[in-house]
Amino acid sequence: MTYVPVGHDATDYAPPAETQEPELYHPKTFIGKYIWSQDAKVIAIQYSITAIGIGVVALVLSWLMRLQLGFPNTFSFIDPSAYLQMVSMHGMIMVIYLLTALFLGGFGNYLIPLMVGARDMVFPYVNMLSYWIYLFAVLLLLASFFVPGGPTGAGWTLYPPQAILTGTPGAGWGIILMLVSLAFFIVGFTMGGLNYVVTVLQARTRGMTLLRLPLTIWGIFVATILALLAFPALFVSAIMMTLDLTLGTSFFMPGIISQGKQLDYGGGSPVLFQHLFWFFGHPEVYIVALPAFGIVSDLISVNARKNIFGYRMMVWAILAIGGLSFIVWAHHMYVSGMNPYFGFFFATTTLIIAIPTALKVYNWVLTLWRGNIRLNVPMLFAIGFIFTFIHGGLTGIFLGNVAVDLALSDTMFVVAHFHMVMAIAPVLVVMGAIYHWYPKMTGRMLDDTLGKIHFWITFLGSYAIYLPMHYLGFLGVPRRYYAMGDTYFVPESAQSLNAAITIAALVVGVAQIIFFYNLVRSYFKGEPSGGNPWEATTLEWQTPETPPTHGNFGKDLPVVYRWAYDYSVPGAEKDFIPQNEPPSPGAGGAAGSHA
Amino acid sequence: MAHDAATAPGTLEPGKGLQGFVADWSSDQRAFKKVPWGKAMMWIFLLSDTFVFASFLVSYMTVRMSTTVPWPNVSKVFSLTVAGQEVPLLLIAIMTFILISSSGTMAMAVKFGYQKDRRKTALLILATAAFGATFVGMQAFEWTKLIMEGVRPWGNPFGAAQFGSSFFMITGFHGFHVSVGVVFLLIMAAKVWRGKLDTEAPGFLTGRRGNYEMVEVMGLYWHFVDLVWVFIFAFFYLW
Repeated sequence: MTYVPVGHDATDYAPPAETQEPELYHPKTFIGKYIWSQDAKVIAIQYSITAIGIGVVALVLSWLMRLQLGFPNTFSFIDPSAYLQMVSMHGMIMVIYLLTALFLGGFGNYLIPLMVGARDMVFPYVNMLSYWIYLFAVLLLLASFFVPGGPTGAGWTLYPPQAILTGTPGAGWGIILMLVSLAFFIVGFTMGGLNYVVTVLQARTRGMTLLRLPLTIWGIFVATILALLAFPALFVSAIMMTLDLTLGTSFFMPGIISQGKQLDYGGGSPVLFQHLFWFFGHPEVYIVALPAFGIVSDLISVNARKNIFGYRMMVWAILAIGGLSFIVWAHHMYVSGMNPYFGFFFATTTLIIAIPTALKVYNWVLTLWRGNIRLNVPMLFAIGFIFTFIHGGLTGIFLGNVAVDLALSDTMFVVAHFHMVMAIAPVLVVMGAIYHWYPKMTGRMLDDTLGKIHFWITFLGSYAIYLPMHYLGFLGVPRRYYAMGDTYFVPESAQSLNAAITIAALVVGVAQIIFFYNLVRSYFKGEPSGGNPWEATTLEWQTPETPPTHGNFGKDLPVVYRWAYDYSVPGAEKDFIPQNEPPSPGAGGAAGSHA
Repeated sequence: MAHDAATAPGTLEPGKGLQGFVADWSSDQRAFKKVPWGKAMMWIFLLSDTFVFASFLVSYMTVRMSTTVPWPNVSKVFSLTVAGQEVPLLLIAIMTFILISSSGTMAMAVKFGYQKDRRKTALLILATAAFGATFVGMQAFEWTKLIMEGVRPWGNPFGAAQFGSSFFMITGFHGFHVSVGVVFLLIMAAKVWRGKLDTEAPGFLTGRRGNYEMVEVMGLYWHFVDLVWVFIFAFFYLW
């Protein structure tokens, strides 16, 4: 090999620019700057506010569900149909409209151009359309609360035949709005996703090699690729189910007798839907998890004042998890009646995915080891993530095995597992990330004390909710049940446990008000943060203005001379060296010219 | 740990084959060297779209297997009666020929585009659009014929109901792609004809400056739509 690829070696040299910078469209009106904005940072904030707004709706739905489970026969407005509708909308909103949109549309838009050293996304106009289509999808979804029959109650997985048969809540308007909204979400997401991928691949600044990218970008980048390849399956199944419902085709509908009547359907394959759904659904787990992995790596490295342990392995692990996530989908379908040999294959691949995942966990812990740890709020959330993620990951190994899963399938154990691993864990990262980057977005720090109160209630409260839920699962308490009724094998004590869980859930939910209060108050009254409050190395902290203006980097783009993790370098003056600082003083600089 | 210039990233001429690949991906700024943003974006979009069509085709195959009613005899259903003779797949053969020909004119348009031959490029793009429109027109004829014969998305007189469902859905989705392509080809032809690409005029909506690479990006989409048709043709009409 004549070529030396650079990972963490710093160089004084950065190749000349390959292209000229594109012209940016600078709007002059308020509407152009903040409403129909093409600036990725504004789009990011639009995405985040919309996603968090709809997420609060889903949070309230979860309170109502918990109230019913904890105190059955107390709330007359929650009937069985309403309960199922809450389950379905809570799941779909949280997974897709909150987490996917927030990680990729929110953090992706804000961080990608800043962290790779670009002025903006490659196609700002398309990026703007992405947000407006997303907003339209959200409005369609919200509309389903107000149509006759209400939103769909088919469960977030929307399995046919029941999703579209009379008798299921929202089987008319509700399910159609859900499917159409999903289709629009996917179209909008694709527009944004193409931008994120091409910006990372083709619009990096001078010296920014792929192996000098912060892991945040790696996580978002690979997650976006997963999304671009996985969402098509959901898109197609949404179209086919809409046709089954409106035109009477039978893609997913077998010959069926419903409410004593032979329906006109026949010959379709319900399992086909499950395959398509989970071909999307499993990568979706990693679409949410990979950005969280990336962000948490950066939070830990910054606040342990140490380079991330095993950077390259972290990158390869992200890629391996991304690749494997496409061949594990049927572990969601062990009880679907598919060929049992499939179970063998999918259990094997599922367990293999634990290897790169465990590698990442070890690397996070080893990054902490003997670090000069700053236990600030983002760091607390990052460490909290490691706990909940290990916890949820281990129960995932239980459920990945066919024999164990058959017993635990459709019990509260499954609910506890996936809430631990893909609800609490990523949400902790989202919160840590907001505490971390809020100073860059607003120029002000969030309040530390309020942040710590928020963290401890959220973290301990999550355990209070989900640890007992595992136990309920072992007892055989089924999920998605409005009420347990006279189930002989479930002891009465399960009910008091359910009540305790509900109280914990309400407390955690209400505690988020502290967070929102903190966000609003600090925007006006927070301590000014300066440009780089965490003393971090990555490019977004080196911008000339805070918050960065349109174009991000002032007159000259930064030039990158080193990787993103030069913390506590022996012999260096400070305990961090920004990526755009050359090893020898006076070298590099802004001397780059267009080739 | 300073490196001398010889080992600095990107200073060496990229090697060929695997070495060049590694060199490009280890370098800064761009992973695909000399590939403009629009082109990279189109390739990735097409990859995503491939998954859409693959999902459609796999679903079609699955329902074809899951249905208990025999599948219609496609060479009979897709036949035209010419001079008293029943010719199987006649219409579809002509449609396929037209669409593949349009790929030829598109490729030539790209070539003349890079030679900055404004007139020829515009005319060839127009020809491509005309081929595409003809294809969609013949598809409309085919749909009309089948609908007259009683084929519906929910059933048909020839056999399994899934035949009509998959047929209208998949050819409809492909026809939609072709129609969108025709619209964009017409816009592009107008742009080229008016010299907007030579003067690098900013686009109406996006404000991006025009250049002849846009013709190639358009061409990528068009060839993809053709390629997808080949698969639909093989799996739907020949099987």
